[in-house]
Amino acid sequence: MASAESASPVAEPMLPVPYLVAARTTETHDCVTVGLEPARDPLPPFQPGQFTMLAVPGVGEVAISISGNPATQDGTLTHTVRAVGAVSTALHNAQLGTPLGVRGPFGTTWDLPSATGRDLVIVAGGVGLAPLRPVVLGALADRRSYRSVCVIAGARTPAEFLFHGELAAWSRRADIEVELTIDQPAAGWDGQVGFVTEPLARLPVDPARTTAFLCGPEPMLRFAAQVLLRKGIPAGDIRVSLERNMQCGIGLCGHCQFGPILVCRDGPVVSYTLAGPLLTIREL
Amino acid sequence: MTERTAQLTGSAIFASLSAEELELVSSAARPVRFGAGERLFLEGSPARGCWLIHDGCVALDLLVPGRGQVVVQTLGRGDVLGWSWLLPPYQWHFGAVALRPTTATELDTELLRTLADQDPRFGYTLALSLFQACVQRLQATRARLLDLYRSPHGQR
Amino acid sequence: MTGPGNAGPAVFGLDGLDRLVTVLAGHGYRVIGPTVRDSAIVLDELDSAAQLPAGVGVETGPGYYRLRPRQDHAMFAHSAGPGSWKQFLHPPRRQLWSAGPDGEFRPATSASPRYAFLGVRGCDLAATGILGRVLGGGPQRDGSFEGIRQNLFIIAVNCTEPGGVCFCASMGTGPGAGPGYDLALTERIDDSGHWFLAETGTPEGARILADVPHRDASAADAQAARADVSDAAQRMGREMPSVDLPALIRDSRESPHWADVASRCLACANCTMVCPTCFCTTTEDVSDLTGDHAERWQRWASCFELDFSYIHGGSVRQSGASRYRQWFSHKLGTWHDQFGGSGCVGCGRCIAWCPVGIDITAEASRLADLAGLAGEPDTRREDD
Repeated sequence: MASAESASPVAEPMLPVPYLVAARTTETHDCVTVGLEPARDPLPPFQPGQFTMLAVPGVGEVAISISGNPATQDGTLTHTVRAVGAVSTALHNAQLGTPLGVRGPFGTTWDLPSATGRDLVIVAGGVGLAPLRPVVLGALADRRSYRSVCVIAGARTPAEFLFHGELAAWSRRADIEVELTIDQPAAGWDGQVGFVTEPLARLPVDPARTTAFLCGPEPMLRFAAQVLLRKGIPAGDIRVSLERNMQCGIGLCGHCQFGPILVCRDGPVVSYTLAGPLLTIREL
Repeated sequence: MTERTAQLTGSAIFASLSAEELELVSSAARPVRFGAGERLFLEGSPARGCWLIHDGCVALDLLVPGRGQVVVQTLGRGDVLGWSWLLPPYQWHFGAVALRPTTATELDTELLRTLADQDPRFGYTLALSLFQACVQRLQATRARLLDLYRSPHGQR
Repeated sequence: MTGPGNAGPAVFGLDGLDRLVTVLAGHGYRVIGPTVRDSAIVLDELDSAAQLPAGVGVETGPGYYRLRPRQDHAMFAHSAGPGSWKQFLHPPRRQLWSAGPDGEFRPATSASPRYAFLGVRGCDLAATGILGRVLGGGPQRDGSFEGIRQNLFIIAVNCTEPGGVCFCASMGTGPGAGPGYDLALTERIDDSGHWFLAETGTPEGARILADVPHRDASAADAQAARADVSDAAQRMGREMPSVDLPALIRDSRESPHWADVASRCLACANCTMVCPTCFCTTTEDVSDLTGDHAERWQRWASCFELDFSYIHGGSVRQSGASRYRQWFSHKLGTWHDQFGGSGCVGCGRCIAWCPVGIDITAEASRLADLAGLAGEPDTRREDD
């Protein structure tokens, strides 16, 4: 087992790659979209659904889904960050030029190509729209490969929708259906008021040719999946993005376990065939 | 089968009714349409009528002093609007206004109540169908109460 | 078991053991082995074989560990010490990187230590292999662990005296050491003296043994030593029930049993600290007052920590029951899904070092009973 000489050095997968904040767009009162560019060498290209570990030196590191356009693989990375803790708040507040560390991209993908020729139903709850944005952009960039494309997005109030301008632009297109709905009554809103499952329940679907992509808080995933299952869509055609505490993002720290899977390695995108039964177990 | 019955057949709400029962319901039905902004009823008014929405958007609202008409819920394709006709005090608890041009089938609820009294089995099935719609609306409302999208920052 | 380049097992006495430690040091290894400290047999760096716990035995049971004087001077007749080889392979604290005001991230470089582990039992040898699959078997590997493992020299010891909490036999990891050692010793004290049967596992093992005065083992020597080991397998104090544990655990997620354990478990995390395969870590970031210099450190973590599963303002696993279920289910169940085998090696440390004496084998049996499975009869002897 041992060799007499010291072995060649092994790469340190916990070492971040230096990036800089190159762009910053305010989305809502607590969310921004940051564009990062590499200080030197870029990380490998990303696929929709993947995440990176973003490090703010001295503060910490968090897993954030990539929300950028998958067609833009020039080394830049786009993340939509909600300020909920120390690290995400630091990322949220980071001004242009701030140095950060990035590791990744990690995790499983939405696998949009496997859904060619099918109807796409994209259901986003709150900031869950961010990891789904690459799916929508990917579908629009290759529109003829898919049948119908429907995006249903729920938010607390009208002001809390992410990507306002883009949602409006998508709504104006004839080749994509966009339904926005808010949870709480709001003055000056003449759109839908109701939980995201309500427009979803009204949507006519062909259960044999639909692939659904869901992202949002876990109860919302369960409620939405139930609606889709009631419509006859097989669990295997429903994909969800899961979240758990992540310290390493690479399957070595044990925090992101969710029953038999490591969310960083076997997720975050998981088929509902696997996720469904696990999501019903309390405190798993 | 008449065209009216065909429209009711497609609705999930009346899916458990038999063909004869559907005929009964459609005998109380007529097609209607509302323009954008057209009010169907105000809260507090006598509850008469029930609508199966085919297309468009109807808002349920309530006048809140200081806030104006507050929209608490919107309904669309396939939804049933109006249950208060079935239970005392037979008054609308919320108002309803079309947000967009809306087509619907309006049911004569006086006739429906009479038919239900005459045929309790039909009444039971009708009540169950409406109950199912009510439960789904309640579950969605409870999901909204959970305020799932709120920020955990600073929340206990 | 003989290794490449060696005709058969060798025999040496106590002077050979002394010499072995010296030879290893001469080859640049830091010898780590058992030694007595603070009323326990711990693993520490040894300068000579004189520091081995000659004549020290242990009494172990659920929530119980005491040293006791032995009537002989056996060096390796003890078990379930509070430390495992994990502390050297996967240190409790290590720096990952530092960052300066220039935005550069520098790995914490240090040459990987060259360890020679003296006295690795079958259970712990299996644990080393398991850690290797976890930390070094995936697409991303722990560089520090890999560096240490590449330089590692392992001298296993075959157990001839099972401890009170041991259940290696039912986990398939002992009492004899499995493959993965450079040398394996079986200690024997009989009429011919205090001697060791030495079996070679690798060319490096043969190289080291060549510098230790020894003679070839006779057939009788080898047979006697091996009989001791196979006898030990029959004298285990407890065993894991022979049921399909992963399936049992999968079907028991809503079992009332977890609340029962939780009423006893303190969530103190001792079991995860002493377990030779628990590998979970947490990262910590520090910076100086100017904020110009930051460091990221990694430290051992435990799934029993309340914020281990913290996300979105709260922890997923808040109740003690869910946290015990997580540890147990992972160790014996979902470890198979994640890493292709069991995470438990039957060393018994978690039983000895649990302050309330929770016995993982008894909990597994209880779970099997509740599920109506016919497991092996409980052959646990009364310890207390």
